[in-house]
Amino acid sequence: MAEPLIIERSVPGRRGFRLPPSDVPAVDLEQALPAEARRTQAPHLPEVSEFDVVRHVTRLSQLNFAVDTHFYPLGSCTMKYNPKLNERVAALPGFAWTHPLQPAGEVQGLLQLLFELEQLLCGLTGMSRFTLQPAAGSQGELAGLKIIAAYHQAKRRRRSTMLIPDSAHGTNPASAALSGFQVVQVRSGPEGVIDVKDLKQHLTDDVAGFMLTNPNTLGLFESNITTISGLLHERDALVYMDGANMNALLGIARPGEMGVDLLQLNLHKTFSTPHGGGGPGSGPVGVAERLKDFLPGPQVCRRGRRYAWDRGGRRGVGRVHGFYGNVGVLVRAYTYIRSLGREGLERAGRTAIINANYLKANLQDLYPVPYGRFCMHEFVCTLKHLKAQGVTAMDVAKRLLDYGCYAPTVYFPLIVDEAFMIEPTETESKETLDEFIRAMRAIADEVRTAPDRVRQAPQRLTVRRVDEVKAAREPNLRWSEVGEPARRAG
Amino acid sequence: MDYAPNTDQQLEEMLRTIGVSSFEDLLASVPEHLRTRRLSVPQGLSEPEVLRLAGGLAGQNRSLEDAPAFLGAGCYAHTIPTVVDALAARGEWLTPYTPYQAEASQGILQAIYEFQSMVCALFEMEVANASLYDGASSLAEAAILALRASGRPRVLVSEGVHPHARQVLGTYVRGSDAAIQELPTVNGVTDLEALSKAAGDDLACVVLQQPNVFGCLEPMAQAAAMTHRVGGLFVASAYPVSLGLLQPPGAYGADIAVGEGRCLGSPPAYGGPGLGLFTTTAALLRRIPGRLAGCTVDAARARSFTLTLQTREQHIRRERATSNICTNEGWLALRATIFMSLLGPEGFRDLARSNCDRAHYARERLLELPWLRPAFGQPFFNEFTLVSDERVAPQAVLRVLAKQGIVGPWPLASWYPALPHGLLWCVTERLSREAIDRAVEALRGAC
Repeated sequence: MAEPLIIERSVPGRRGFRLPPSDVPAVDLEQALPAEARRTQAPHLPEVSEFDVVRHVTRLSQLNFAVDTHFYPLGSCTMKYNPKLNERVAALPGFAWTHPLQPAGEVQGLLQLLFELEQLLCGLTGMSRFTLQPAAGSQGELAGLKIIAAYHQAKRRRRSTMLIPDSAHGTNPASAALSGFQVVQVRSGPEGVIDVKDLKQHLTDDVAGFMLTNPNTLGLFESNITTISGLLHERDALVYMDGANMNALLGIARPGEMGVDLLQLNLHKTFSTPHGGGGPGSGPVGVAERLKDFLPGPQVCRRGRRYAWDRGGRRGVGRVHGFYGNVGVLVRAYTYIRSLGREGLERAGRTAIINANYLKANLQDLYPVPYGRFCMHEFVCTLKHLKAQGVTAMDVAKRLLDYGCYAPTVYFPLIVDEAFMIEPTETESKETLDEFIRAMRAIADEVRTAPDRVRQAPQRLTVRRVDEVKAAREPNLRWSEVGEPARRAG
Repeated sequence: MDYAPNTDQQLEEMLRTIGVSSFEDLLASVPEHLRTRRLSVPQGLSEPEVLRLAGGLAGQNRSLEDAPAFLGAGCYAHTIPTVVDALAARGEWLTPYTPYQAEASQGILQAIYEFQSMVCALFEMEVANASLYDGASSLAEAAILALRASGRPRVLVSEGVHPHARQVLGTYVRGSDAAIQELPTVNGVTDLEALSKAAGDDLACVVLQQPNVFGCLEPMAQAAAMTHRVGGLFVASAYPVSLGLLQPPGAYGADIAVGEGRCLGSPPAYGGPGLGLFTTTAALLRRIPGRLAGCTVDAARARSFTLTLQTREQHIRRERATSNICTNEGWLALRATIFMSLLGPEGFRDLARSNCDRAHYARERLLELPWLRPAFGQPFFNEFTLVSDERVAPQAVLRVLAKQGIVGPWPLASWYPALPHGLLWCVTERLSREAIDRAVEALRGAC
């Protein structure tokens, strides 16, 4: 059942919330606020009751697939279970209701948590210090790239090239461009990992750094990583690791030992904080010893038994967040790391890898995996052979929704034709994986016997295939005002 | 405690299906010398142990939930209706990803569409996106949009804009050819003469905040008109709660209006997560950063929703994207949507009114103290700057209030050395008359 817009439920005069009666004198607004500063027309917001809102928002929630309701094998996003305990801890008033400008003496417990979290992240990655400020992975990338720029600037040279593999996440080149770098693409070789020969060809004295993802977006460990970092370091260029896929490395290997100079972690992936339908995330950036002066301030520090904020490194690249980052997310990640501890995190990494390889082993006869004998935490199939039946990767993705599974990441990475990127994570049981395997095999059958059913999917959801072309051609991005002709933006 | 359900026996079976004899065989590509021997992380804890640990840490912090507070300065704690927490806690909202598969994400997409609609209504702007990280990065993205859209190199930003937002702007544009120039303030508001002198045909945009960092109301309409006269874009940073009473950015000619939306239904959480609001005009739509949800139809011509105009974004356009943002602040946008629905037009007015009334009452009471005087003679909304005289140090004010369990105002000296005794007082609907009176009496007795 479709749910009307909340504004369509509006009845003039209805209220959903009331403040207590005022206990202070009412100010004369005409005196207090100049006429040109006063609002003349009330905002066109819905007038609804509390119960209207509850029913509306509850019904809308039921139109979503989520980790809590469906298997969500969205590659590169690490859609693992988000423990309820993390939510309970983050909601404690001593965390949720603190103000970032309170004197340090009033928030010692919170500062201690942030200090310890930084140490835990150092322990897990082998990096020497972290800033917890970036609000998501791509803001972490931005902070990291600013650090790379500042590093070369401190050495009084201008380097403008950022090397990025052709398999990289889109945020990598976007962040590099936003930081003023020219992006030069490095090819993946026939094994699906960075082609060292191609890398060498691009290694000039203008190269500021290399942004790579490990394991890469094909789910493969970059086994030449030490050679690669050696090559970059020979030219005093830096190695940036996109840590979006860190889940595969928990207890397996530490970037700090691979010659990685700096990386960002996506706490909303590896460390189980919920994605919230698109954030908030958190993207702390860790650096090697020689870069710690460049971290943006302020940094939490310990003086004796007290915790405080200091200005950060002498050559810090500057603030990226209005205050100290997404602290609510940091509290959840801390809770997760303390809950799992050493053995739990090692088990998470190991199980994520076994789960992914189990799916791969059971699907690759029907959905070929062009790269890698074994994978780490995810793998990428190609569905190009289905084109003969007129079926695309997108069609199979939509059909999976009919089977009660969210779709894997499609058409990414760009180096695989009709890519289908599957990441089960460690929190899915073998039984769920088996169900997914059955669904994928059933769809392969349908492609042969009833391709229209796949091409016209989904059929069992509340809406059929959504017309994205119309959405882009005739943008309708908000409801129109009462009495206003349906004004379309654009 | 871990959350990986497969038993050791199941994992063994799965390894056999994969065709290997041990887990190690799967790691052939990880060089031996890189393998971690032992993680330097403490042992795991059970749920009761975690709760004891976390409770202990949380208990050491003074919470604004029960402590009266005069602290704002860019982070405002407002009332959160019970319904917001109750609905937003549902797993269907908390645990999905960005809604790439529209058909399985209609609820999120419709909620974003409603969010965009309500933000547009509150700001009286034509387009709003699905959110950015926080108010500070929204302001930086606004300046970047203006630089690109105008092809001009210079940004004028008032020193009445929150210093942290100005710092983030500085970080974002460092290394580009853009020049950021600060506009001074006079008597607590942006100096329009300085603006007039600095304006020229190389001006990309002018950035002002309403109310500004001192709590004063800025001459937004005049500043916008002066900016437009030289062909620049006017960027306004607005405090959403104030818009129940104050003129919205669309009404005074803002081309881009941003704000920190955390105050709409989310707790202060030590300053983050925030909720970056970003709005602009239809003319600038195709340059907007971040996600947009649009209304369209499905194959059966029924109303449906999807992410749209994605060719602006990093996952399609890569180094030519309008921004690098991917994950934004979806869950806080949902909370704001619920909050705005509950309040409605009347609720917003009442909320803003309550803030305004209380702040004026508190200021009047505080000015009874002979050692406090107003820093500026400007109208204000819910925040105002007072100056203590030489004998009373700002830190002494904080200490006296802290003894009463009250979180004091923000001493402005570290941000504005020209105001060594400046105190920025914020008064919201959460502060009762009794608490205001108690603060005044404590200060009267002690200072």
